[in-house]
Amino acid sequence: MSDLTGLSLKAALDGLAKGDFSSEEITSAHLDAIRASRPLNAYVVETPHKAIEMAKASDARRKAGEAGPLEGAPLGVKDLFCTEGVQSTAGSMILREFRPAYESTVTSQLWRDGAVMLGKLNMDEFAMGSSNETSAWGPVANPWRVEGSNANLTPGGSSGGSAAAVAADLCLGATATDTGGSIRQPAAFTGTVGIKPTYGRCSRWGIVAFASSLDQAGPMARSVEDAAILLKSMSGHDPKDSTSLPVEVPDFPAFVGKSVKGLRVGIPKEYRVDGMPAEIEKLWEQGIAWLKEAGCEIVEVSLPHTRYALPAYYIIAPAEASSNLARYDGMRYGLRVDGQNLTDTYEKTRAEGFGAEVKRRILIGTYVLSAGYYDAYYLKALKVRARIAEDFDKAWEKVDALLTPTAPSAAFALGEKSDDPVAMYLNDIFTVTVNLAGLPGMSIPAGLDANGLPLGLQLIGRNLDEGTLFSLGGAIEKAADFKAKPKKWW
Amino acid sequence: MAIDAATVRKVARLARIAEPEEKLEPLARELSGILNWIEQLNEVDTDGVEPMTTSVATTLPMRDDVVTDGGDAARVLGNAPRSEKGFYVVPKVVE
Repeated sequence: MSDLTGLSLKAALDGLAKGDFSSEEITSAHLDAIRASRPLNAYVVETPHKAIEMAKASDARRKAGEAGPLEGAPLGVKDLFCTEGVQSTAGSMILREFRPAYESTVTSQLWRDGAVMLGKLNMDEFAMGSSNETSAWGPVANPWRVEGSNANLTPGGSSGGSAAAVAADLCLGATATDTGGSIRQPAAFTGTVGIKPTYGRCSRWGIVAFASSLDQAGPMARSVEDAAILLKSMSGHDPKDSTSLPVEVPDFPAFVGKSVKGLRVGIPKEYRVDGMPAEIEKLWEQGIAWLKEAGCEIVEVSLPHTRYALPAYYIIAPAEASSNLARYDGMRYGLRVDGQNLTDTYEKTRAEGFGAEVKRRILIGTYVLSAGYYDAYYLKALKVRARIAEDFDKAWEKVDALLTPTAPSAAFALGEKSDDPVAMYLNDIFTVTVNLAGLPGMSIPAGLDANGLPLGLQLIGRNLDEGTLFSLGGAIEKAADFKAKPKKWW
Repeated sequence: MAIDAATVRKVARLARIAEPEEKLEPLARELSGILNWIEQLNEVDTDGVEPMTTSVATTLPMRDDVVTDGGDAARVLGNAPRSEKGFYVVPKVVE
């Protein structure tokens, strides 16, 4: 049973239900694959004992006729989710020893539904990054490489560990989070499917906060259907998160494979940016052709404030981060570095505990919120955010969803952009608008570039209309027939 | 707008992050680069636009003001860098 790690989540759940293999067997197969994958640096904490224990309990539940919707499926968890008794570091030195006394709502729902935890996945520090290079535990290597090259590429970020683990068959699916593109960009860079649902769809309780008005959890998976299955378990109202939406969770998997005939899909002209590789332009045209063939009506739309989304984001997200990260003061949990007095202790703790990008964002956030600059920067950015949301509202009068590229390039080399913060920020140019407006967005692998690297297409939907994204995503997946896998080098 | 080393020193102090003197200049250049790029927001006409703080258009829910948990000092203190007899131990706050 050596091929148990290559299965889709759906196929694995079917195999478990039929009794072809046990949860313990498929979990062990994944643990072996993880042990052999350390050059990727995807897992920062491996929990083999807990995994086998959970798998045995799952097999017992199945025997007793109490199988849940994810019964026995081994999954990976981004290290931003608090997991009870298991290190939860958010990729930061300041939380190196942090073992939460509670479980995040999203992960507790996965375990409620029968899933098994394999371990915690690497990520950019506090989810601040687009390449995984800001992780205190070192960058993740993308399982994909340029054909004929031995150079390591970034898996994207911040959910780089989740993306790499899913692409390299180190889990059947993974949790991730997306504040400006942290699910969708790594999905595009690794040939995987990732969806950021509507803001409020998944509870933020127990997820280490970065920018609370933008943060949202979602799954990464190897197929659109797998992503739908996972999102269904992860979603739902939670009184412990005051922004969690009190709405029913639709049966997301039922939308995959549904006809998309007659759906109107918008093509925002502002997403044709200077310097975008011709291959991405071509892939976009291909995506349009696929949806036309599937019976969609293609409509050109305008989102005039698109180019202002990133600069607005780089005020709003750091402002919220500077406030959220004030809690790391070395007093109640996390690292403490003793100083000569209280203030000195705070300053030394935070200087040593935070990495360069996190400090940079805290400083930007503190600056834009400081007296005299609040109106000029922060309030202005919130008003531009309203303009961006209005653009989408106008588009929804004409279309049911939007189709764009996910990222402006394929995966780049580790180190290529780490010296230029603004160049790094531009990675999120197509994904960040969705976070500002609170809308759902999904990335689907759609083809390979000339170097043999995966490229993704992004679908954007109305508020709470993930269902339409799953239908359209299913149609693109079927037409693209993306079967490529990275060649194993690790 | 460009920010200088003195401003970085002040902001780092506000953020309670010790930044060594020799890092203030490079940080000032980096942060100025980011803020210059952000300046393009001034091109957007936002007259009469309400600032958008959240995409959730509902009022925040209220729950009954009752105790729902507690009596869990050991778990609360479980991650404390230092604790004693059920309390956090912190540097002296009042001289």
